[in-house]
Amino acid sequence: MMTDRSTLVEVRSVTKSFTRGRWYSAQRVLALDSVTLSIHCGSTVALVGASGSGKSTLARCIAQMEKPDGGEIWFDGRNLTALAPSACRRFRTRIQLVPQNVAASLNPRWTAAQIVSEPLCVQRWGRANDRLRRSLELIESVGLDSSTLQQNSSHLSGGQRTRLALARALALEPRLLILDESLASLDLLLQAQIINLLIDLQARHSLAYLVIAHDMTLVAAMTDKVVELQQGKIVRQDVYTC
Amino acid sequence: MLKSFLLRRLQHTLLLLTLVSMGSFLLLELAPGDFLTETTLNPRISPQTLASLRDRFGLTKSLPERYFYWVRSAAQGEFGISFAYDMPVRALIWPRMLSTLLLTATSLGLAWMIALPLGVWAAARQGSWPDRLLVLSTSGFLSIPELVFACGILIIAAKTQWLRMGGLPLAVCVLTPVSLPLLLRHIRAGVLTASGATYVRAARAHGVSEMRLWFRHVLPAASHPLISLFGLSVAGLLSSSLLVEVVVGWPGLGPLFLEAVGARDFYVVTGVVSLSAIFLAAGTLLADMLLYFCDPRIRMN
Repeated sequence: MMTDRSTLVEVRSVTKSFTRGRWYSAQRVLALDSVTLSIHCGSTVALVGASGSGKSTLARCIAQMEKPDGGEIWFDGRNLTALAPSACRRFRTRIQLVPQNVAASLNPRWTAAQIVSEPLCVQRWGRANDRLRRSLELIESVGLDSSTLQQNSSHLSGGQRTRLALARALALEPRLLILDESLASLDLLLQAQIINLLIDLQARHSLAYLVIAHDMTLVAAMTDKVVELQQGKIVRQDVYTC
Repeated sequence: MLKSFLLRRLQHTLLLLTLVSMGSFLLLELAPGDFLTETTLNPRISPQTLASLRDRFGLTKSLPERYFYWVRSAAQGEFGISFAYDMPVRALIWPRMLSTLLLTATSLGLAWMIALPLGVWAAARQGSWPDRLLVLSTSGFLSIPELVFACGILIIAAKTQWLRMGGLPLAVCVLTPVSLPLLLRHIRAGVLTASGATYVRAARAHGVSEMRLWFRHVLPAASHPLISLFGLSVAGLLSSSLLVEVVVGWPGLGPLFLEAVGARDFYVVTGVVSLSAIFLAAGTLLADMLLYFCDPRIRMN
């Protein structure tokens, strides 16, 4: 699975803490404690750990949704933490996060076409016709029928919604896809189907994955490296060689 | 599909009207006395005259008989006869209803025009000082009884001579602030619920601009509860101002209704109550129709 050995993402001793409670009873919680991690192009890294161990925080830091308190995040040879926010914008399209609750991240009033083409609209990608054609491509690439395009997202099944969210994440041709337990709410058969789809997409677009999972057995088939977090610290890093 | 929906709503409305008119008949019957009870106390009027008056007004008949008389009269568009004014109820109510509608529609329109932008604005800045101030002041306004507020405005208007007594501006000045806080709170809460939805946060995280976020995601989602609220405020067009009208002396349904209840002017009370029920049905129907056109999910089902 490792097609390209160059490093895509490098996380260097990243620290992040949150304040909990109100000002009179404030507590600082250390969510990430100097985490160092690297993801190669086209590889898959699984992030495991108990709840509250900082998996999602790390994912959000890499996706530029949180600013780390300390440390550096390098992406494709550039230090994202040192870049101005406006310069960061360009890289945000390269890293896409598929959230934990996939179904809730889709606007229930919109059709599949509207949802998939939103990132394209936001980035002012092409004309309306081009966007529609691209949406159709995307929808078909995740194994959805082209007739779903005009369907309302609230009328889709759980598996269809997960595929739709994947299509949306792929719209801007990212290099890294972060799956934050995105498959947890699906049944086993569907999970297996989607994992096969992910492996297929990885081969076609040389995508790197950061997969956050509770259940290692599922993602084991596609993982190159397993990183275990415990209370914000990396306690284990296993590299599998295929 | 829309046709069958409308037909069903019409049936519901007819059922509602029947129940409301029956209820108002029954409740009035339960109250002691009738229109002529006070006249009985007058020693100059002979029992014979009283008996003939009772007979003329139909008060000697049984309740079901009177109800069916009223239904027949309503079907002819008269809604019974007012004892006190000695004229058909419809002719009595109609001009007063128009003046009530003029007052309530003006103040409702004004309240919505103020509350909608202000509520959305406050929700967009949730937790900021202007927002907190707004929430606090709406609580303040809500806790002042309507009557006290109306009297306060009256006193100010009388002292300063800014507004003419009994005029439309004065009545609107009283009624708008009475309905405004509730609207404002509902709008703010509705927008907050919509903007807190997971897909809105997901869209924000995906880098959707605030402008697009508000106009494409949040406001369409918030429109759903607000349309229902709008329907309810249309439903309350006739009944929301009754008390205020009495206090500021607006010649609408309010004073007439109060007087009719006091005098046991049977058919006038039933007429006003039925009219309010018609507005209630029309308001909810309007809201449902608007929802049908605004929400793609309802249209597809």
